[in-house]
Amino acid sequence: MSALEPTTQPAAAVRPGRAWRPFALTLPALVLLAAVIGYPLITIVLRSLSEPEWGAQNYVWFFGAPVNLAVLQRTFTISAWVTLVCVVCAYPYAYLMTAVGPRIRLVLVLCVLIPFWVSGVVRTLSWVILLQDSGVINSLLRSAGFTGIRLIRTQTGVVIGMAQVLLPFMILPLYSVMKGIDLKLVQAARSLGARPSRAFFTVYLPLSLPGVYAGAIIVFILALGFYITPALLGGPRSTMLSTLVQTQVLSLLQWGRGGAMGVVLLVTTFLLLALAAPVMRSRHREAGRR
Amino acid sequence: MNPRPDNRGAAIDLESVTKAYGAFKALDGVSLGIEPGEFMTLLGPSGSGKTTTLNVIAGFTDVTSGKLLVGEKSVVGVPAHKRNIGVVFQHYALFPHMTVGRNVAYPLTLRGVDQAKRKVRVARALDMVKMGDFAHRYPSELSGGQQQRVALARAIVFDPPLLLMDEPLGALDKKLREWLQLEIKRIHRELGTTFVYVTHDQEEALVLSDRIAVFNRGRIEQVGTGRQLYDEPATLFVGRFIGDSTVLRGEARSDGTSTALTIAGEAVTAPRRLAGETNPVMLLRPEKLSLRRAGQTAAAGTNRLSGTIAEAIYLGSGSKYEVKLADGSVAIVRSPLTGESFGLGEKVELCFDGADAKLLADDSTADTTLT
Repeated sequence: MSALEPTTQPAAAVRPGRAWRPFALTLPALVLLAAVIGYPLITIVLRSLSEPEWGAQNYVWFFGAPVNLAVLQRTFTISAWVTLVCVVCAYPYAYLMTAVGPRIRLVLVLCVLIPFWVSGVVRTLSWVILLQDSGVINSLLRSAGFTGIRLIRTQTGVVIGMAQVLLPFMILPLYSVMKGIDLKLVQAARSLGARPSRAFFTVYLPLSLPGVYAGAIIVFILALGFYITPALLGGPRSTMLSTLVQTQVLSLLQWGRGGAMGVVLLVTTFLLLALAAPVMRSRHREAGRR
Repeated sequence: MNPRPDNRGAAIDLESVTKAYGAFKALDGVSLGIEPGEFMTLLGPSGSGKTTTLNVIAGFTDVTSGKLLVGEKSVVGVPAHKRNIGVVFQHYALFPHMTVGRNVAYPLTLRGVDQAKRKVRVARALDMVKMGDFAHRYPSELSGGQQQRVALARAIVFDPPLLLMDEPLGALDKKLREWLQLEIKRIHRELGTTFVYVTHDQEEALVLSDRIAVFNRGRIEQVGTGRQLYDEPATLFVGRFIGDSTVLRGEARSDGTSTALTIAGEAVTAPRRLAGETNPVMLLRPEKLSLRRAGQTAAAGTNRLSGTIAEAIYLGSGSKYEVKLADGSVAIVRSPLTGESFGLGEKVELCFDGADAKLLADDSTADTTLT
């Protein structure tokens, strides 16, 4: 029976002598990466181990001070919250983008992109106007008869501001995965007896997870290094690691300690990603996409 | 699976079903009765309403007006997941994140079938489509034909009384398609389920179906067995859509019992007349036409038209000729291997018995929709 079915011919092998050629095209990117990422990274690692003298004293200092560990933990907590808020806000938005006609889709895309074209500082300052104790949100609450809530200089304020800035990084990867999902699959699930909600959770959601993971990783990592938003919207109890690094490097000129903090953040991030990788590895194959 | 004479499948009744999108009517008063256990094919060119009809039965599309009964119960307004109808899609629509086994088990899981029974039924359905060894593969590891067989197993595993198939073989190559047609026929016989099959391929429709409904512009032109549609087309559209045909158009004159057409100075007659004032044309099947060298004498009473051979095709079992007539139209003639053979450009006479000519009303949509 399978003898009847067509077999695909193996692709012609690339001639061995020229196999390196396509890789030559990546050279400009590799040079750039080496120059702007590789060199500074190596320098920072070296300085964290060599200033003021060779040894691990900067790391001993970092892990010896409870305030540093608290800030490190808070950095990850805030980033996780920001990621969660972004997933919850972006998922329906990206889905809507796949469901509407081209004209409305353009409007939706513009709504995502326009904030990108506005400077981060300006956007954060506008959040200050909205969130501050005498700001728009609190004025509205008070005029509606509620007591005001404290938003600025709290962790909540920081999460709100960061999520808004990072939302596009969640929406765009999600949209690109969702638009590849064949909606006939949902129809098939319906015909096989699945309620709409069941069809969503058993078919659509699992197929959209690669987009969720891709967006979540980008948002989470960008959030870990956020500086301006937490600095302007946050208070002393919502300091993130980037602010501490800034203080060490620019105010105290302690390059070694600042470098050590950066390295700790980097290594912790890698460890977390390594732990998450088995969950995120998509078990399904890429077929079934148009 | 055992044949189920007690549970032969659902009857379907569509009564003047209309589906309108704004001013455009995708379905315009479609009425169709399908017997329990019947293999009904919806045949027509793209945009003729056959797929819309299927979507209406499946519950993917609402009707604008009309009645729809499946198994004598109205299903208008019943959502797709409550209709218990199997559907096979053109592009398989297998869930890529599930193995073949889990794909086929999916409808059983939804119905709360316990694991032991589920396993047995999945194995039985996969065996039926000869995919029993593939339960642990992912759909992407299968060829198109194998994927479609899995999709078929998934659509029959929950024993639906009705199976809908939307051009299921459309994406496959010819050899595989012909082989799967026979497989589908076998599965239909074994299950006794009602099958409704959508295709634009008239040969496929003839191979598979008990009856065929020919769709054109949101309406059904004719319902009948393949033989009925071929021998007794109700409209010119049906006559041209099913099988090869030659259409003769000319100045028509009818008396009480017969109709004569004058085509570029030559007259042919058929011993019948068409009711009403419509403009009649003659439709002839290729095997009812014969060729003769110009100048040879013919039996009295035979209609003759002169033409030239425009194309000669050797088919193995015989020959097929395209003959250009004096008015520029082309006739298609199939002649047996034993007959005379003709060369390109040769002057011939096209002969036929007037009784074999079908008189049909001229229908301008017949030509435009076909190409």
